[in-house]
Amino acid sequence: MLDVVLHFAVILVIFLALPLIVGQTEHKVMAHMQSRLGPMYAGGFHGWAQLIADGVKFMQKEDVIPAAADRRVFMIAPGVALVPYLVVLIALPLDDGFVGVDLDVGLFFVLAVMGVGVLGSIMAGWASANKYSVLGGMRAAAQLVAYELPLVLAASSVAMAAGTLSLPGIVEAWQWWWLPWQAIGGVVFFVAGLAELRRPPFDMPIAESEIIMGPMTEYTGMRFALFMLSEYAGIVVVSFLTTVLFLGGWQGPLLPGWLWTLVKVFALAFVVIWVRVTFPRLREDQLQKLAWAGLVPLALLQLAITGVVRVAI
Amino acid sequence: MDGYYGSYLLVAALLAIGVAIVTGALMVNRLLRPTRPTPDKLTSYECGVDPVGDGWAQSQVRYYVFIYLYVVFAVDAVFLFPWATVFDAPGYGLTTLVEMFVFLGFIALGILYAWRKRVLTWT
Repeated sequence: MLDVVLHFAVILVIFLALPLIVGQTEHKVMAHMQSRLGPMYAGGFHGWAQLIADGVKFMQKEDVIPAAADRRVFMIAPGVALVPYLVVLIALPLDDGFVGVDLDVGLFFVLAVMGVGVLGSIMAGWASANKYSVLGGMRAAAQLVAYELPLVLAASSVAMAAGTLSLPGIVEAWQWWWLPWQAIGGVVFFVAGLAELRRPPFDMPIAESEIIMGPMTEYTGMRFALFMLSEYAGIVVVSFLTTVLFLGGWQGPLLPGWLWTLVKVFALAFVVIWVRVTFPRLREDQLQKLAWAGLVPLALLQLAITGVVRVAI
Repeated sequence: MDGYYGSYLLVAALLAIGVAIVTGALMVNRLLRPTRPTPDKLTSYECGVDPVGDGWAQSQVRYYVFIYLYVVFAVDAVFLFPWATVFDAPGYGLTTLVEMFVFLGFIALGILYAWRKRVLTWT
């Protein structure tokens, strides 16, 4: 029982603290990449408390629900977007033997639950009864179907290599030469994960300069904050999952295992931020073409390579 | 907390915690926020002008072909997972490898078809 409480406490810390750290890192890293300073005032030292101040402000904001909206769906949509990313964390191993639950279909569970998160955006888009939101929700749905397939194919390549669907089992089976062996799958998985999160350059569902945050146009205060939190929790989860599947999770020399996991997660989260600053937004049909004509064939190639190598050795 | 259902009991517990976090945040928000709705405030946002027509406006859905593609392949891909864990078990080997290439061929053919039907180019 104590064990369970400890695991849950660690999961909650990861879920509530890491997204804030990633968000603050994004503020500062983006600012410096664009020759700005970023937040400097809140908290005194380089604006470290900026997101806490934002949270306090969101807490006191009026909650406006448009008269035309489908009230109930509108109200629960932020929860539907956020909670799956918490539930996913239970199956992700932080260290050797340190995982909430070692589900024997862990990989399958994680992919299935992550897909639910996108429903939050689609619900919000439709329930807002706003033209921008409907467009954004439809784009989110199109993006989900475009990127789910490469995501699933790349993930199953790792399952083939490890011979198990259990996430701790996959990390245990991992060896350094999997890095070149699974490289294509790793890139496909990470890119598809970015698209599932609707992060730039795949952010046309929320494109703020075009359809004004899409599904989130009508959201204010706490509900908007929950959507924002779900975006950053999503970054943590996708980085974590890529670490576990393709970068060997806790494996690494010298440092303790949990530290290796965190180092890899933050390295990937940095790449997520970097990509945002570097690439312009794709158009929706360009995204579909990239997914179907680029990532899916690459993922199939990776499956073939994995199968041949696995049977050959 | 052991066994097959035991592990999913923990998942359900975490789900409950997640729901509690969201509800709690919204409750705190309810205690701290002002509530002064006016008819103008509750209109749909359309860049400052009065909204035209219904929010659920009719629009051209160009994505349905992708949904078809997805449904076909996702059903295929689901069968990949149980297969992936046993395909190199003793006694399978080459047979399952050939089966995999048949599977890859099916998906590749589907994408080739979509390509030839020009659903990937809009302009």
